[in-house]
Amino acid sequence: MPDSPSPSPLVELEDARLRFGVVKALDGATLHVRPGECLGLVGHNGAGKSTVVNILNGALTPDEGVLRRDGQTVHRNDINDARAHGTRCVFQELSLCPNLTVIENTRIVHRDLGGFGWRKRARQIIEDSLNRIFPGHHIDSQATVGSLSIAQRQMVEIAMAFSESSTRPRLVILDEPTSSLDATLAGQMLAQVRRFVQAGGSVILISHILHEILSTADRIIVMKDGRVSVERPAGDFTTQSLFEAMGSVAPEEGVTQQARNLSQAPVVLKVPHPTVPFTARRGELVGLTGLSGHGQSEMLIDLFRQHSGNWLPHRNPTVAFVAGDRRLNGIFHLWSILENFAIAALGDLTRRGFVDDAAVRERGAAWQRRIEIRTQDMNQPILSLSGGNQQKVLFARALGTRAPVVLMDDPMRGVDVGTKQEVYRIIREEAAAGRTFIWYSTEMEEVCLCDRVYVFREGAIVAELAGSEVNENNILAASFEGEAA
Amino acid sequence: MSLRIPVDTIRLAVPVLALSALLIAVFWLQPRAMSYLGLNLLFNLAVPIALATVAQMFILAVNDLDLSMGAFVSFAACVTATFLHSSPLLGALILAAAVAVYAAMGAIIHLRNLPSIVVTLGMSFVWTGIAVLLLPAPGGAAPAWVRSLMTAKPPLVPMAIVASVVIALVTHLILMRTSLGVLIRAVGGNQQSVARAGWSPLLAKAAAYALAGTFAVLAGIALVGLTTSADANIALRYTLLSIAGVILGGGEFVGGRVSPVGAVIGALTLALAGSFLSFLRISPDWQIGAQGAILVIVLALRLFLNKLERQERGG
Repeated sequence: MPDSPSPSPLVELEDARLRFGVVKALDGATLHVRPGECLGLVGHNGAGKSTVVNILNGALTPDEGVLRRDGQTVHRNDINDARAHGTRCVFQELSLCPNLTVIENTRIVHRDLGGFGWRKRARQIIEDSLNRIFPGHHIDSQATVGSLSIAQRQMVEIAMAFSESSTRPRLVILDEPTSSLDATLAGQMLAQVRRFVQAGGSVILISHILHEILSTADRIIVMKDGRVSVERPAGDFTTQSLFEAMGSVAPEEGVTQQARNLSQAPVVLKVPHPTVPFTARRGELVGLTGLSGHGQSEMLIDLFRQHSGNWLPHRNPTVAFVAGDRRLNGIFHLWSILENFAIAALGDLTRRGFVDDAAVRERGAAWQRRIEIRTQDMNQPILSLSGGNQQKVLFARALGTRAPVVLMDDPMRGVDVGTKQEVYRIIREEAAAGRTFIWYSTEMEEVCLCDRVYVFREGAIVAELAGSEVNENNILAASFEGEAA
Repeated sequence: MSLRIPVDTIRLAVPVLALSALLIAVFWLQPRAMSYLGLNLLFNLAVPIALATVAQMFILAVNDLDLSMGAFVSFAACVTATFLHSSPLLGALILAAAVAVYAAMGAIIHLRNLPSIVVTLGMSFVWTGIAVLLLPAPGGAAPAWVRSLMTAKPPLVPMAIVASVVIALVTHLILMRTSLGVLIRAVGGNQQSVARAGWSPLLAKAAAYALAGTFAVLAGIALVGLTTSADANIALRYTLLSIAGVILGGGEFVGGRVSPVGAVIGALTLALAGSFLSFLRISPDWQIGAQGAILVIVLALRLFLNKLERQERGG
């Protein structure tokens, strides 16, 4: 209970070590969470955050080290024990069953709901939680999860974690919970975190959006190479010092490139439209923004469909695509890193109908150096990479083609800050060399990197901003324009 | 929020439309089929097919495929025509053991992470082998109670229709309304999230296979009730018919998307397609091809409707 000044930890991990084959996932991590506090957890992809989460939620048992819940040493880690103790998790990759309704998913998550009339109880539980956290959410609890947008799925998952059945949630672990939410929804979620913590609950918040961590967490832990490298109260950090603690180069202020005048550059893509026609010029970074799920992804998919072969591939493709939902439509799970990389450019890497292995290896090695894919061997399976590195492979796949236009569907979702900076640099280089990027992003920082921005609302472009007009205020104004009326 | 047709309704609309269209065509070709006796004749053989389809549906719900369905139904039919007829207790025990084998098969497939296609393909030879040992030549006899059940004449609606409705309702209850059903479909949808919530995907899969085995046994019994005798190859074509029935009824190969009501309607459609082609006097040599053509048309219709539905949602 939160009245004592320093209550005993709800859960603590002492000198935990865990390896997967040759990879050291955790190398002596020590951390604890007290009731009534929000712990921020940051670090690069592969720093061991997900492993910590999986130990706390009972899925993994550390090879060495001690795990204690309420001061009791846990000998056999078990998901059901962790859940009975009140541990709830929202995972980075969405983990609901898409074929079930929201209510049925609630039934799966709450094992103790069974018996006659469970639908009614499940509905009550999830709707209460949704209404409390996201008032006015417009989510039908009888809808199949697959028919919801990514943002709505994430809302359901968050509401699920905070929902109460016979066991109350005591520790909620949020792994990148806001990656698909727009600013309003993210704000509602963070407010819920604060309310929950004030009522005596504990939260572990993992996010690559540093200001969220800084504004919401009480204490911040920086992880690096499977260890806790820095631990301090949140108030002692600034964005700058948090960057430095993570060991990445802080972005200089005003990272936005100077406005380039590209109005004379040839137009490479064009979509006629009565009010705001869409154009993209050679070498331009074109941003698509607005509230998430307002037609940006659909536009990218339409552009891709129109400019790629329908039945037979074009000899000279004009567009390449970088998917945002990499598990769903990005990677080939069973293939190696190299095969995943080479697939888009296979036409160029083929001689007389046979794949030219030497050329594939050579090009793969070149891109591995250039984009720094962290692996010993490109022939390892793609799933051996951390999420951020998988995303880099997808970038390399698109950039490795000859396509002059690259379409990007919020590709930086859940990618760590260091990786982002590296990819931004490569995008800028490629744009300077004459490639066009059409970039849908839910992160304002990325949108502000673009030369020109189209704002979407309800499936259509409602505004075009260029150069110095591209800033948060203008974009928000255009996104909400007319909503009040 | 605008009123839009739920996805599930559209999924169900296609098999319903296909069945209605075929039924109208049959009635037009042969108006005498539009009677109690006619309907019973048209749909009689659909009852075991519907049961086998429902059995296959439980397997598809957990993202697996059962290639031994036909062989297993034949085996169950042979047991029904021999042991269940001569010593009912022993027969029932054999059939119960067969269901247990199905559950074990599901557990092994999950534990060893084996492809279900390979395991069930292997098992199909086992079932056929046992069936041949039981009935080397066509023969046997239907237990009296099975015979009377399958030839019962309820007032107003023929038995075949009553049985189909009951099968659809019961499986709908099991798979769509109970917690176990939700769990089975959840394993098909996202096995990891099931494990993360603390359930055992192993038990869920074993339960799905056990249910499949149970309904396949019922299919064998019903078949013998209609034919009064059995043979080791009596239901071999059920493997493909059952898969086609599930898909026709709105189910999908992966993702735990299945519809029990749709599956029964799909099975009825396939059974009716055969009669329709006979009425058209198409030689049996061509019937399988023509049946395939009907399947292609219906599936194309479903894709088209799905596309319409997506556009509506996007726009």
